[in-house]
Amino acid sequence: MTIMKKLLTSAIASTLMVAGAQADISGDTVKIGYLADMSGTYRDLAGPNGLIALEMAVADFGGTVAGSKIEIVSSDDRNSPDVASATVRRWVENEDVDLVAGLVASSVSIAVSDILEEKDKLGIVSGSAASSITNEHCTPNHIHYVYDTYPLANGTASAVVKEGGKTWFILTADYAFGHALEGDVTRVVEANGGEVIQTLRHPFPTPDFSSFILQAQGSGADVVALANAGADTTNAINTAGEFGLTQSGQTLAALLLFLADVHALGVEAAQGIQLTTGWYWDMNDETRAWSDRFMEKTGVRPTMIHAGVYSSTIQYLNAIKATGSDDAQTVRKQMMATPINDMFTSNGRIREDGRMVHDMYLAEVKTPEESKGEWDLYKILRTIPADEAYRPLSESKCPLVTGK
Amino acid sequence: MSMILGVPLAVLSGQLLLGVINGAFYALLSLGLAVIFGLLKIINFAHGAMYMLGAMATVILFDTLGVNYWVALFVAPVLVGCLGMAIEYFLLRRIGGQDHIYSLLLTFGVALMIQGILTNIYGVSGLRYSMPDVFKGGMNLGFMFLPYYRAWVIVMALLVCFGTWFMIEKTKLGAYLRAGTEDSQLLQGFGINVPLLVSLTYGFGVMLAAFAGVLAAPIYSVTPGMGSHILIVVFAVVVIGGMGSIAGAIITGILMGVVEGLTKTFYPQASSAVIFLVMVVVLLIRPSGLFGKEA
Repeated sequence: MTIMKKLLTSAIASTLMVAGAQADISGDTVKIGYLADMSGTYRDLAGPNGLIALEMAVADFGGTVAGSKIEIVSSDDRNSPDVASATVRRWVENEDVDLVAGLVASSVSIAVSDILEEKDKLGIVSGSAASSITNEHCTPNHIHYVYDTYPLANGTASAVVKEGGKTWFILTADYAFGHALEGDVTRVVEANGGEVIQTLRHPFPTPDFSSFILQAQGSGADVVALANAGADTTNAINTAGEFGLTQSGQTLAALLLFLADVHALGVEAAQGIQLTTGWYWDMNDETRAWSDRFMEKTGVRPTMIHAGVYSSTIQYLNAIKATGSDDAQTVRKQMMATPINDMFTSNGRIREDGRMVHDMYLAEVKTPEESKGEWDLYKILRTIPADEAYRPLSESKCPLVTGK
Repeated sequence: MSMILGVPLAVLSGQLLLGVINGAFYALLSLGLAVIFGLLKIINFAHGAMYMLGAMATVILFDTLGVNYWVALFVAPVLVGCLGMAIEYFLLRRIGGQDHIYSLLLTFGVALMIQGILTNIYGVSGLRYSMPDVFKGGMNLGFMFLPYYRAWVIVMALLVCFGTWFMIEKTKLGAYLRAGTEDSQLLQGFGINVPLLVSLTYGFGVMLAAFAGVLAAPIYSVTPGMGSHILIVVFAVVVIGGMGSIAGAIITGILMGVVEGLTKTFYPQASSAVIFLVMVVVLLIRPSGLFGKEA
């Protein structure tokens, strides 16, 4: 109902806009709020360096759009939906923020998108993984940009099943993201003729995985899959190595592994692990050139989220430039109408459920012999075409798609 | 194979052993806390940060100076212990005699600052540290594969725990320490340098935490945040054991490791909460803790 109303008002608004055909930017400023975990578990995935990526985008745009200046504010959400909600409410109610960018923990993104829908502002989710963000939690007020659990499962799980990993033991982080990933993986494994024989949900965060790894070994499954993220994943991989999990014939599959995690583990410990990524810094001249600029400012290579923050901000500003408006629905519509071709992807597009679909990549961590430098970590095994990677609209539960 | 509540006996024995190993970590950490609280009446919220510093120092010493694991096992705790004594001398001493809450807040602030600074420098993804070659591999116990390093951890932790208990309860130095907590003025009257004793005690308690940190470095992700999570658990352990009880901290530490290990087998979702549940029950039935003296 609220969605229908919003669509209607936005339709009217955009008609008026075209009729008016003049710059309509609230407060003569385009204000972007960067909200991310700046100090906790997910800091290195987006964090302060994501803010730098955002600043790079604004600087590359010249600091102004459609005659208005671009301002950036930022805040630490501390991975708490409550903190995030309070911040975003203040931003949109009192500080005239037009776009909320960053958005890492899935629980934070879901909480924030509700507020954005209520206040009719825009959010671009770059960091979160849960595919539910553009499925049952979709709103006309946010876009999910970089990746989600659906292609993670599709890419990695189907590759591993095809290599003969028929029986699966899934070790899941016990919160929204882990559950979403577990569900998506189970579906992919079963669709490919495999079987999930046991799932085990561990508290978030868990410092010691020895007990769970032991249970995984005892299960006798071909594949031990990690449906968790960040330090949980690196801890689990280290412990699996210590307890000789792979030596005893089991395959370890990490379903969400970021460049920062692999860098922390090192190629020695992480070699051979297959993973799905939305972007890698060393893919072509364009990605390398941008990464070099990023590294000059931050000292590290960008994760796919950093690249996504940069790319999505440029897309957002381009849409404002084209329409002369910072109205959420006008901008979102324009963004949906514009294919994305930049350092992040080619032929990416934003669907009506808010999902940006683009090619994903199945990568394998290089061996110490193959790796020529500290950040020379992945070799790309296969490109997963956009349409194959993401959840098809025919399976969508999003009211924007189903019309319910 | 015989089963207990649907879990094969072999699996259960493995989980029990792992519980004891994790418990050894808890014991080491809660022992340091108990020493500091028992003898100095300081609630040391910087204990987790000191554990983290021990692990970080191990990695950083190796990366910058090539200091190996065996040297780090001694050097890192000593360095962190010195930092601890500096904190005691420059900060904690100034609020001596005040309510416990002051030392709690002060050490909590110090911990946040240390953690924040290191997060800014090193990030949160963790530093790489490879296990010393001697410890690579493990032995098959029949019911589980026990990595050599875990066996080493339990031996070292128990040795240090026992040594500490022995020193405090059975030696002359320990007697001075205990006398100092009873009546520091009287002890000073006997010609003992009590302020130095206090600094050394705090430094020693902190060293125990850093030692646990060095033991943790090869098996856990070494990150600036690694201490903050374990700190709360360890405080719960100390409360269950009885604040200030040395033997209580050691025994409860191992016991709680086992309880947590069993929970990880039967109902993993609750494994991070179970220690707090035990704490609630113990506080309701025996407010001074399992081994604490009635106030």
